[in-house]
Amino acid sequence: MEISVSVNGTDHRSDVEPRTLLVHYLREDLGLTGTHIGCDTGYCGACTVIVDGRTVKACTMLAVQADGQSVQTIEGVANGDELHPVQEGFWECHGLQCGFCTPGMIMSSIALLDSNDDPTEEEIRHGIEGNLCRCTGYHNIVRSVQYAGARIRGEEPQGASQEVSS
Amino acid sequence: MSTTSVMGGIVRRKEDPALIQGKGMFVDDIKRSRELAVAFVRSPFAAATITSVDASAALELAGVHAVYTADDVRDLGLNPAQVAVGTLRPLLADGAVHHVGEAVAMVVADDRYVAQDAADLVYVEYEPGDVVIDLKEAFADTHQVHDGVSNTLLTWHGHAWWEGVVDLPDPSPGIQEAKERDDTVVVSLEMVNQRLLPTAIETRAVLADWNSGYGSVELWTSSQIPHAVAGAIGVMFGIPSNKVRVVAPEVGGGFGVKLNVYPDEALVCFASRELGRPVRWTETRREAGFSSTQGRGWIGTATITGTRDGKILGYELDAICDMGAYTQNLTVAVPLLGLFVAPGQYDIPTSYALHCVVTNTPTTDAYRGAGRPEAAYYLDRIIDTYAREIGMDPADVRKVNYWKPDQFPVNTAVGMTMDTGDYEMNLDALLDRVGYEDLKARRDAARAEGRLLGIGLSTYVEVCGFGPSALAGLGFSWAGYGLPAAFNGSGVVRVQADGTCTVTIGTGPSGQGHETTWAQIVADGLGIAMENIEVRHGDSLDSPMGTGTFGSRSIAVDGTATYEATKRVREKAATIAGHLLEAASEDIQFQDGGAHVAGSPDRSVSWAQIAESAYQPHTLPEGVEGGLESSVVFSPPNATWPFGSHMALVEVDPTTGDVDLLEYWATDDCGNVINPMIVDGQLHGGIAQGVAQALFEEAIYDDAGNLLTTSLIDYPLPAAGNLPMFSLDRTVTPTDVNALGVKGIGEAGTIGSAQTIVNAVVDALSHLGVRHIDMPLRPQRVWQAIEDGRK
Ligand code: FES
Ligand code: FES
Repeated sequence: MEISVSVNGTDHRSDVEPRTLLVHYLREDLGLTGTHIGCDTGYCGACTVIVDGRTVKACTMLAVQADGQSVQTIEGVANGDELHPVQEGFWECHGLQCGFCTPGMIMSSIALLDSNDDPTEEEIRHGIEGNLCRCTGYHNIVRSVQYAGARIRGEEPQGASQEVSS
Repeated sequence: MSTTSVMGGIVRRKEDPALIQGKGMFVDDIKRSRELAVAFVRSPFAAATITSVDASAALELAGVHAVYTADDVRDLGLNPAQVAVGTLRPLLADGAVHHVGEAVAMVVADDRYVAQDAADLVYVEYEPGDVVIDLKEAFADTHQVHDGVSNTLLTWHGHAWWEGVVDLPDPSPGIQEAKERDDTVVVSLEMVNQRLLPTAIETRAVLADWNSGYGSVELWTSSQIPHAVAGAIGVMFGIPSNKVRVVAPEVGGGFGVKLNVYPDEALVCFASRELGRPVRWTETRREAGFSSTQGRGWIGTATITGTRDGKILGYELDAICDMGAYTQNLTVAVPLLGLFVAPGQYDIPTSYALHCVVTNTPTTDAYRGAGRPEAAYYLDRIIDTYAREIGMDPADVRKVNYWKPDQFPVNTAVGMTMDTGDYEMNLDALLDRVGYEDLKARRDAARAEGRLLGIGLSTYVEVCGFGPSALAGLGFSWAGYGLPAAFNGSGVVRVQADGTCTVTIGTGPSGQGHETTWAQIVADGLGIAMENIEVRHGDSLDSPMGTGTFGSRSIAVDGTATYEATKRVREKAATIAGHLLEAASEDIQFQDGGAHVAGSPDRSVSWAQIAESAYQPHTLPEGVEGGLESSVVFSPPNATWPFGSHMALVEVDPTTGDVDLLEYWATDDCGNVINPMIVDGQLHGGIAQGVAQALFEEAIYDDAGNLLTTSLIDYPLPAAGNLPMFSLDRTVTPTDVNALGVKGIGEAGTIGSAQTIVNAVVDALSHLGVRHIDMPLRPQRVWQAIEDGRK
């Protein structure tokens, strides 16, 4: 089937099999391998992308369902060499270890901060509940999102060095 | 070497820029042209004879290239990277299957969709047999998993395992006598340490490309042990290891599940050789419950005999450990690792019997901590129970029995020598920081109001940093083909001609930040800026011979090798700089990207100038060889023995049984620390996994051997909302077995945490008559325990 999708601001016209998942379309047809696959039940969130402003687990959507829509993936988050505040937060606060959950985690965090740039710890934990991380225990992910929130609000954020045990 | 702010400092990770931009390359992100995809045909039965396999319908499907069975791959023999105890796993089921999900045939097709469609068309006829799933039933041996072979493969005893290697103390001296004394108490508990699915968020993935022209194969695999995989592939295919290039690129979490040489790694190489095209397989999450190893799975009885004033006179553990149907890499060694730390931090007579028993389930092997969390769990749970029995504070009981700092190195009751430790100091540091007395008062006040608050404590010792190469003599599977059996660490430090530096190490990291930590070691030693140091790893041909990353070993072993290599490069560079600056090499100091003469900062050369000279040997002083590089292999004289104290505050909801983890504190001691941010991160993740075992996770099998928890819905990993912030601190007791004084931190969090939570929940409920609840402490179980206690 012929679809036309805008991905990270670039228009794509593609011929896809109807059963192709959006995540496979992004990874295999477009070569955007930053969107990861960690499960087969729509549960881990590693594949999270933003479709028309909403977070979507790209393994739960068919490529054909994205026809006519605009998709943002992790590759489209930075502005050239300039990292998005959420990316910066994850780097500063050691919000990733293996980095496999990270693209999805960053997409969910961006969506969370878009709707509320000063979330409480509880709101952050709730906001990323659909994304599983096996490495970090979420502690530094929460701090990364707090850092990014402060950056977005124009405040001086706290990096990892402010907290790490002596 | 001097310590600069780089060493011991918080440095943002070199790994991160690629990973936060979606540019990190995991196996599934690497593409070869003309790739084929694999799907496996898996057994629906836990025990069956295979009477026939009919692949004709599958082969007729367009896009299918081949269907392989055991007949096709039998010539490759068995994967040699398996401990030769029990029944080893064949590459594909050979005549019989022994667990649900065992791979019977491999389909190779144009893409994954076609491969899966074709797999569904392979018709396998089975004759189902009896299954043994329950551990106690398997131990009773009324029905054998493998015909004619006892289900108990071997029993590790606390006083015999090391026989012939070191002198042993008298087996469990005095425990029986102590039990018979009338001033002693004996407390005993049967406890389950349930089976877990390690569940790295990246499942395993492999891609092989066999090139018959070069007579070589390249294999990309999500592995913690690329060198071991290369060695095993070489043996199976009868090609020298220098024709096998195994690459572990970015690895999306390991935790032990990627610490095996798996059949699929060999099978994709085979298919690529046969079909002349690259071949890929990516494990699905559901498949991971069959095609990857699992962890834990013990049931055992722990017993303490002690006086009424807290002196422990004997500790015994008798446990059955689930091996699954086949033994793989470290399957039978996992209980042994538990035995290494059986007496914990205590100077106590210890008697251990760990029965390694097979069942009709997938294989168990290392999962973060591998035997040590189990050992710490049994010991610390029973110490807590003993403390309650004699009415002493659990912290005080521990102190009575600790080894004292001036006794180190100590020889433990199981024949191990522990390097350094100061357990009471470490525990006191935790208790002070937490405000233990106030916390207890808070708990008691809440209890007076009818709320169920509980405090849990655990203090543990770990063994890691493997290790002395003599360990290889104990029959580890890799010994069959030499390296990397010897548990060496390796590091190559090279200053390039432009004065930048390349470091190549033999580790196989999966998120531990080695590129950053190792760059810190080298930056500290050479005064080269962090951004000018590139750290490489995970390529069996390009990396030095290493053992991989597991058992919290990398920094203590490969880190030390790199430190030594750095020192040698620095010495040579000092000679060259001294020559260039017409000064004695002893007077050369390294700093800020170059070298200068002590006391005269103006008399300096840059690393680029030193390197330029090094690669133009005619400019070197007489007798100095060209080049600026050093390669070191390090084997430590002993493993390392980190330790720590963990505490949790929980609240139990009496109406629902829900456990709320309110606070978590940990004071760990892993010796010297190179990057505190990374060390804390390792603890966070480790604690989360221990808490998850205590509260949520369990691999559940039905009586027929079906794994009921193959999805993340049925196997609940903790989400952000399930965990609190962790409050960490540390004490520093360096080891003397390596020059860095580092011990290792990868598993500490997991080893210290599960029992901390269970101790806290039992503390909250003990006045209601609850003595123990088996993990995972799901609401229903906790609620039931409260109900039973009230009766
Ligand atoms: S891969 Fe989409 S939710 Fe797991
Ligand atoms: S960083 Fe490894 S899964 Fe989140």
